[in-house]
Amino acid sequence: MWHGGAMSQTRAPIDRGRFSNKTVFIMAAIGSAVGLGNIWRFPYVAYEGGGGAFILPYLVALLVAGIPLLLLDYAIGHSQRGSAPLSFARLSRKLEFIGWWQVAICVVISVYYAAILAWSVQYVGFSFTEAWGDDPEAFFFEDFLRAADAEVTLDFVPAVLIPMLIIWIVAIVVMALGVQRGIGATAVIFIPVLLIAFGALVVQALMLPGAIDGLQTLFQPNWAALLDPTVWASAFGQIFFSLSVGFGIMITYASYVGRKIDMTGSGFVVGFANSGFELLAGIGVFSALGFLAQTSGAAVADVVAGGIGLAFIAFPAIISEAPFGELLGVLFFVSLVLAGFTSLVSILEVVISAVRDKLELSRVRAALVVTVPMAVVSILLFTTTSGILVLDIADYFINRFGILLVALVAMLAVGWGVRRVPSLAEHMSRHGSVKLGRWWVVLVMTITPVLLAAMLVLELTSAITEPYGGFPAWMLGVFGWGVAGAALGIGILLSIPAWKTTTPLEAPEHDEEVVR
Amino acid sequence: MTAGAIVMMTIAMAVLWGGLVAAILNVVRFKGTEPTEPARDL
Repeated sequence: MWHGGAMSQTRAPIDRGRFSNKTVFIMAAIGSAVGLGNIWRFPYVAYEGGGGAFILPYLVALLVAGIPLLLLDYAIGHSQRGSAPLSFARLSRKLEFIGWWQVAICVVISVYYAAILAWSVQYVGFSFTEAWGDDPEAFFFEDFLRAADAEVTLDFVPAVLIPMLIIWIVAIVVMALGVQRGIGATAVIFIPVLLIAFGALVVQALMLPGAIDGLQTLFQPNWAALLDPTVWASAFGQIFFSLSVGFGIMITYASYVGRKIDMTGSGFVVGFANSGFELLAGIGVFSALGFLAQTSGAAVADVVAGGIGLAFIAFPAIISEAPFGELLGVLFFVSLVLAGFTSLVSILEVVISAVRDKLELSRVRAALVVTVPMAVVSILLFTTTSGILVLDIADYFINRFGILLVALVAMLAVGWGVRRVPSLAEHMSRHGSVKLGRWWVVLVMTITPVLLAAMLVLELTSAITEPYGGFPAWMLGVFGWGVAGAALGIGILLSIPAWKTTTPLEAPEHDEEVVR
Repeated sequence: MTAGAIVMMTIAMAVLWGGLVAAILNVVRFKGTEPTEPARDL
């Protein structure tokens, strides 16, 4: 706006939106962190990693890598007051590509994540009729998904298409409503409902015959496993992948938090809430698996599953056999939908926030510009008979050679490239209940990057020596290595155009919401 | 369940759920400053 007749020009503060208070921010961050992986990945990883003994590497991973990395993301977003690309650009123009790389990764993840939510929505309905009959595996792959053999098709599956449309429409509405009324309100409603639904599921699962055998299998400590480096790697991997760190979400969310909010204390709440929910999931899932083992006359170890196999094959079998199985099914799949949706919203926000900052669009326009094209791609790729194959490959590669790699690059760039970790520690400690001292600087600059690099080397070796999933090389090349590489390439390309002159490339100094 | 499994389950619950309770108490007791007014989107 113009002030008087003077030559000086000042701009009205442009509000990017903000979480109204600390509680809403914490709920939104928990909603992002608690996702499908907490329910279907942790129980399996814990069992494989030594059962009860796994708690030791898991806790070390949480405190040494998970929470410090989470606080680094918070520090970047909270101090720089921008989306991932704008925050990195404000740290150094040379680092802006990292932010866009994270945005590209989020685009990839959200288009396939929506598909899993669509399946879960359908399975809420299937739970009432036990539509899978006697063979949940054949039903899932052949009748429901009509999965093709290692080929890409445009043969649409209506049973996936319709819930997918619903998921995207709801997501677009939530994103258009904005930070507080959309993302914040969704988290404030969904997270307590998720806790109640999953809590009820755990209670029901604990009362099933054989539940104790399941818990025995999960918690029986195998101390010898602690000598296996891959167990420690899987503990760090579980913490890393389940906390939503390293790919822009927490940077974006932290940029919407008031300057004087206790960010460090909030980080510990989010970290422990995420892990606490994982433990609850482990108890519920293994109680149910114990029941499945007893009814099928097998050992619990023989029915243990993770990921899609647990959710869409093992759980339907449990639902068919359990007393009040329909209720168990509804609680389980509703929990998946709730946990997954709040995570999807957070992933989409990374993209919307970046586009909005760069193009200075209104909230509604940015939400539509971003989500509608993504919805179209998502529907074209993942509602066809080849959807699950593409999803499987993209998920494996983008997690490892997208998220893991960009997190490592970001840590090295911020820690050793622009050497901003000490000043970020100071920023976080100013209004934080937990002071980030030398211990955090050492962790973020040396120990955590070394651990991430070791994990990356292990994953790279595995991916090269054993082609993933037995898929054809061209499919791994296009949807795996190709997509992960394209995310980096697109990130570099998007960092080339200059910011608008109205967008300051220095962070506001005071408690202002001026972030254009 | 064996004693070993019960002990490890108890430790996991105490550490993770106890840690969550302690973290929440810390945040609640800490007197930070909330925004004076909720901000709206464009």
